[in-house]
Amino acid sequence: MNNGIVFNIQRYSLHDGPGIRTTVFLKGCPLNCWWCHNPEGQKNSSEIIFYEDRCKACGLCILHCPNNAIQMINGKPITQPEECRQCGECAKFCPTQARELIGKKMTVQEVVQEIEKDIIFFEESGGGVTISGGEPLQQLDFLLELLEDCHRKGISTAVDTCGYITWNRLEKIIEQTDLFLFDLKLMDNKKHKKFTGVSNQNILENLKKLSSIHQNIYIRFPIIPGVNDDIKNVREMGEFLSTLRITQINLLPYHNLGLEKYKKLGKNYTLTMTRPPEEDKLSTISRILQEYNLKVKREG
Amino acid sequence: MKERIAQLREESLNTRPYISIERARLITEAYKKYEGTVSYPVLRALAFQYLMEHKEVYIGERELIVGEKGGRPQATPTYPELCCHSLEDLEIIQKREKISFLVSPEVKKIYQEKIIPYWKNKAMRTRIFQEMSSEWKDCYEAGIFTEFMEQRAPGHTVADEKIYHKGFSGFIQDIEKALNTLDYYQDPEAYDKKEELKAMLICAKAIINLAKRYAETARLMAETENNFQRKQELQEIARICSYVPENPPRNFWEALQMYWFVHIGVISELNTWDSFNPGRLDQHLYPFYQRGLKEGTLTPELAKELLECFWIKFNNQPAPPKVGITLAESGTYTDFANINHGGLKADGSDGVNDLTYLMLEVVDEMRLLQPSTNVQLSKKNPDKFLRRACEIIKKGWGQPSVFNADEVIEEMLRQGKSIEDARCGGTSGCVETGAFGKESYILTGYFNLVKVLEITLHNGTDPRTGGKIGLETGELNHFNSFEELFLAYQKQLHHFIDIKIKGNNIIERLYATYMPAPFLSIIISDCITKGKDYNAGGARYNTDYIQGVGIGTITDCLSAIKYHIFEQQNLDWKKFKEALADNFAGYEEIRQMFLNKTPKYGNDDDYADEIMKIVFEAFYQEVNGRKNTKGGVYRINMLPTTCHIYFGSVVGATPDGRKAGEPLSEGISPVQGADRSGPTAVIKSAAKMDHVKTGGTLLNQKFTPQLLEDEAGIRALMHLIRSYFRLNGHHIQFNVVSADTLRAAQKEPEKYRNLIVRVAGYSDYFNNLSKTLQDEIISRTEHKSY
Repeated sequence: MNNGIVFNIQRYSLHDGPGIRTTVFLKGCPLNCWWCHNPEGQKNSSEIIFYEDRCKACGLCILHCPNNAIQMINGKPITQPEECRQCGECAKFCPTQARELIGKKMTVQEVVQEIEKDIIFFEESGGGVTISGGEPLQQLDFLLELLEDCHRKGISTAVDTCGYITWNRLEKIIEQTDLFLFDLKLMDNKKHKKFTGVSNQNILENLKKLSSIHQNIYIRFPIIPGVNDDIKNVREMGEFLSTLRITQINLLPYHNLGLEKYKKLGKNYTLTMTRPPEEDKLSTISRILQEYNLKVKREG
Repeated sequence: MKERIAQLREESLNTRPYISIERARLITEAYKKYEGTVSYPVLRALAFQYLMEHKEVYIGERELIVGEKGGRPQATPTYPELCCHSLEDLEIIQKREKISFLVSPEVKKIYQEKIIPYWKNKAMRTRIFQEMSSEWKDCYEAGIFTEFMEQRAPGHTVADEKIYHKGFSGFIQDIEKALNTLDYYQDPEAYDKKEELKAMLICAKAIINLAKRYAETARLMAETENNFQRKQELQEIARICSYVPENPPRNFWEALQMYWFVHIGVISELNTWDSFNPGRLDQHLYPFYQRGLKEGTLTPELAKELLECFWIKFNNQPAPPKVGITLAESGTYTDFANINHGGLKADGSDGVNDLTYLMLEVVDEMRLLQPSTNVQLSKKNPDKFLRRACEIIKKGWGQPSVFNADEVIEEMLRQGKSIEDARCGGTSGCVETGAFGKESYILTGYFNLVKVLEITLHNGTDPRTGGKIGLETGELNHFNSFEELFLAYQKQLHHFIDIKIKGNNIIERLYATYMPAPFLSIIISDCITKGKDYNAGGARYNTDYIQGVGIGTITDCLSAIKYHIFEQQNLDWKKFKEALADNFAGYEEIRQMFLNKTPKYGNDDDYADEIMKIVFEAFYQEVNGRKNTKGGVYRINMLPTTCHIYFGSVVGATPDGRKAGEPLSEGISPVQGADRSGPTAVIKSAAKMDHVKTGGTLLNQKFTPQLLEDEAGIRALMHLIRSYFRLNGHHIQFNVVSADTLRAAQKEPEKYRNLIVRVAGYSDYFNNLSKTLQDEIISRTEHKSY
């Protein structure tokens, strides 16, 4: 029985595949996209998040921290990063939920227990579970067992992946995955490296192979103004995808709503000046992709 | 919207409600004339007849459906024989901040000189309080329960299809037949039956007479009318009113007018206040609709216009204002007419028809508080029907609410009703299940489940007043387990339900004796054949309800006690008591622990939901099946209207983290802000209640417009509803929140922890968002919400 690190289980997800879904977010991602709106999913270990406005400075966290990592500074309990072991004791005792442990160790059984609570809604709506992240394939053994278990219970499965993984690992989950949500960001490799930290060669190869085997793939295309919304990128993407067998392509317009999370995690955010894409732009992109006989759907 | 409709609607919305003295004056005159000379049923009938004979006949400009309760739209008659407003009450009615009524000096003068002197000592309210025991009064004042019948008559019922098949001349024949077959040799009640039937006869003739007066007025107006079209309309109105309600209607227009006279009759006879309405209107009118289209005498446009005229008539009738404390505290203009759409036909087949959709169009276009509307959704109804309802719900003004028709029928079958009667029934008022046209299903009062816990925690004493109104079931530190504590709660519950039911059974007999309703009795089966009044058990089915309030709050309270005191043992009784007694002042950590570190109802968490189930079961066992005085039994339902606010005001701080005086949870919804796992979790929790044991439960869900704006949102809403109903939920309604609510949520985030907003491609709790983002969503909502 494998343990996974899960940072959120979101019931009533309506945009991670068809129907009403429960989305399970697994922690850890090999990419480092500038626009990432789930920065808490990047690191593959647990983290403590601190909501200063909720804190009543009762001091219970200081009392319960086994590593003496928290000190009262200017009336606020501040964690010293070098001392903190991310054990989560402070969050457990914090009465106001000002401290939250991001990333919880869970067994497959525990996660499935949460998922199966909504089976009736999945059945009614044609939904199911979506495993997302981070990058769920980072926790391959756990993921595989989770997918198998869901299938045993008759729950339809989807995996949301960035595709950056060796093929023989990706291959392992194909049979247990009813739907792939496959992220595609940039066709230009240089740019891809710049904005995500990795090359796209392996991603494109994987998508090619996957689409020759798997029947149900949704391409997820985040539209980031100034990064990948140029006609060249869109046309290259259309061209590439038109040679593959995919079900549909979802446009996910950029938003900067993850910004707050960066602050709370103490991370830097680079795209502070970027704004969500204009309607016109989205329609243009949508039109171009349709020229390649792709089924385009806006999400969000 | 047609110009006629727009104008009538505007008039209805813009006219300020005012107190009309007409009814009080006429009823008083009639009582002075007849009281003491005839039996009570006949007295009531003669008073009704006098009212129908002398009340002002008003036909508004452009109206197609005629008849008002008072002299004009928004006229609000009073019912001094039930409860007589004092001069102070009239002052409050006029001056209170919300929902005020105009009260003219003339009204006050007549009240002072004629109405108050006559009724002060013999209004039902006075009689009732004279008859109630001191322990009943203590409980009433402590806010353990409320009493519906102290300010209005027991009237919870709805019309069925019989009025469309049988004119009042037909009813008269039935009554005469019943009179002629009375058996004075064998039946000791023969005389009583004779008096009741005589009274019905008088009322049947009186309503025909009222219609003839309308016909005459319309005819006279037509004579002097210069506008050709209006002249024709008035002539048509005259023809219709001279035909119905005496005879069964022949077409769509007559059918609507038929109902409307019945409605005016019912709400003029007594202040039933809560619910009377046409019920399954799309079923009743469909044959007329079909025939009209076929014969070419009706078009969908004309049908719609007539329906819209009809809709506005409901909105013209404000609910009569209350008296005493409740007057100052709670106000509403609205009656609770709640028209049903869809459901099943008597033979069990799908009841949705073309007219259903046309009526939903009317609902969408009218956007009136009255009549309220609902859809009765069966698994046999098509998704198209549900989708149409969801499209209206999405617009965010709270209508229609959605009922599980299959469950409603199941509830009635459990109560022993025939399958046909059940299928022809539905829900009315807020969420109450009933066999339309055949049942008296009276709400007798709200019951404060949380107050009883508070008294249990204080060994029988009400901490607010210091009065010992409960039983001594033990000091807190004597309880060694959660089960022992719950046993004490059950004992207190038994004690208070006993008091409530004893009071109810006296009040019921007072109404049966002094305040029969012979007009209403004509149209409710089987009052005529039994020769018995609606208020005395004449209906085929006679159910009394006690409505449990605060199930969410009490569940979370008990969960906190079980979890922190008995299991985690991170809190002792001493500190527990102090924290509550001091309203958490200086105990914020304990409060936060109650709020954030306790299993709560509404999260699909069995720990809390199991507690909800035992409380529900205890309440059910205590009430269900007890006998009332009308040959029926008591049952429970779980609805609060607005009583959770009043009940909260009399309860001190509670161990769910709620501060003293704050509202309790409403219906079967979780405590405001306690549900943090999304709508599917709320639905799962709520469905763990055994709905079929009730006569109605109310579940409220708050959404923002963004959550419903795209196709995925609408589809998900439909699936949520279908899923809840598959789990046997009774009712669900969606509150699509406005920007104002979001602003309030910004100010008091704690109370809105469950508020979900659609952010971008995903949804999040409003509380989780930064101020800037919240502002952005508010500005977006401004545009999207109605």
